[in-house]
Amino acid sequence: MNSLFEYVLRLGDDSLIVGHRLSEWCGHGPILEEDIAMTNLSLDFVGQATALYEYASEVEGKGRSADDLAFLRFDREYKNLILLEQPNGDFGMTMMRQFLFDAYRKPLFERLINSTDATISAIAAKSLKETKYHLKHSSEWIIRLGDGTEESHNRVQESLDTLWRYTSELFFEDDVDQELTLSGVIPSMEGIKEEWSAYVNKVLDLATLTIPTNNWEYEGGRLGMHSEHLGYILAELQYMQRAYPGMEW
Amino acid sequence: MKEQDISRLEQIFQEKIDNDIKIEPRDWMPDRYRQTLIRQISQHAHSEIVGMLPEGNWITRAPNLRRKAVLLAKVQDEAGHGLYLYSAAETLGADREQTIDDLHSGVAKYSSIFNYPTISWADMGAIGWLVDGAAIMNQVPLCRCSYGPYARAMVRVCKEESFHQRQGFEIMVNLMKGTPEQKAMAQDAFNRFWWPSLMMFGPSDADSKHTAQSVAWKIKRHTNDELRQMFVDATIPQAELIGLTIPDKDLKWNEERGHYDFGEINWDEFWQVVKGNGPCNKDRVDTRRKAKENGMWVREAANAYAEKRKVRKAS
Repeated sequence: MNSLFEYVLRLGDDSLIVGHRLSEWCGHGPILEEDIAMTNLSLDFVGQATALYEYASEVEGKGRSADDLAFLRFDREYKNLILLEQPNGDFGMTMMRQFLFDAYRKPLFERLINSTDATISAIAAKSLKETKYHLKHSSEWIIRLGDGTEESHNRVQESLDTLWRYTSELFFEDDVDQELTLSGVIPSMEGIKEEWSAYVNKVLDLATLTIPTNNWEYEGGRLGMHSEHLGYILAELQYMQRAYPGMEW
Repeated sequence: MKEQDISRLEQIFQEKIDNDIKIEPRDWMPDRYRQTLIRQISQHAHSEIVGMLPEGNWITRAPNLRRKAVLLAKVQDEAGHGLYLYSAAETLGADREQTIDDLHSGVAKYSSIFNYPTISWADMGAIGWLVDGAAIMNQVPLCRCSYGPYARAMVRVCKEESFHQRQGFEIMVNLMKGTPEQKAMAQDAFNRFWWPSLMMFGPSDADSKHTAQSVAWKIKRHTNDELRQMFVDATIPQAELIGLTIPDKDLKWNEERGHYDFGEINWDEFWQVVKGNGPCNKDRVDTRRKAKENGMWVREAANAYAEKRKVRKAS
């Protein structure tokens, strides 16, 4: 297995899938400003996915294009976090998913800027600017909803209870990561996990939310073992490429 | 206010209009001018917001990464236009919430074109090219509209619409260069959107109850039929260039007039859709209403939190 290809694909799939979920909100947001914000987030993620797939395509060197990687793999070949394929639910669920993810992406990109791989470093630098804004946006909503009304508090607490089980996967490491950590391409997860925990605790505290005590962990996305939700995402995402194979658009 | 004062104010107002001086929010204006603008600007805002839905329908199914990004950007622009336009309506004293409630209750209208379904990818091309193209025809003259905030909003909106129109046409160009399936998809979308696009300019001049007054106030610069003719004249050569067949057996170039003659619009269909009986009227309004209802708790939470912060800051 080509570890670099595998790693870049994991990052790209995270961006693609969360971008897909966010784009489902288009026209349905709770206020017009949030419709614009979520579309904007989605656009950032599609942009990141494109840059990452282009690099993955180059690293793989087998003639598969960025679009081939995005649209023409089978479900077991997608390596995104299971957290990101979870349904949007209500606005609070979407913001909680986003918050838990953004809080991981920021310290990750901050470290990937120092990657020995120049392309990864450049993509991280560009994405970090976006990610800082994303995290500010999602954190502010978590605090507002958590410390808003009784209803909003209960709803967003339930979202936290639902999504918490998927957070251990953020820090998943296998041979791919170990090999790239040794060569300085990617950072160790250890520091990232600490930073994530500290930040998440701080925001959840401000939001008056409680981390669930049931710490059952659900993993598998990095190895292509997904929840039932990914299949439906792919059915939509891949529809045109599967129905009209090999055409230019 | 005395009658002679009002007539003096009306005179000043009319002089400004006649001399192409913009009317600004704080200026005195006749109530009917204000109401006409509120109606037109909020209809325009609603059209942008409802217009996000037929295109939003294809974002998750866009055929490649580039098309997905472009479509996202376009729909985001539309939401931005809606925001501007609601703000422009607010400068006239309209309340944004009330304006939106009028849309949900069916009191306020929006462009009927968005009551047609988007059933294939080619519809993204047809909408960008034809619908945004028709919108540009309508909106470029509005950059010179007598009401300042609306005119200025239109300058920026038109720049973005022109990008939208080009991306739509580019989708159609690519489809027409493609496989037989892609060409058929493009022709089918053109067939379905051509007539509704012509309807976007509104009823014929003889049946338009607002046109004459709006032209006199320089809110509108051209009549519906003039704009429709401009659109047909501009669009037919583009369709022919890429090999599309125009779904109108009466269409032909009229040498004498220097314009295309075209067939009679199905006005029954036009009025049915305006009245709410188009294929998607109910879906579109229901979707918008649900978005508002489902977001109620979010808005309440945001207000409650802002209130708490204020109290904490004060203590």
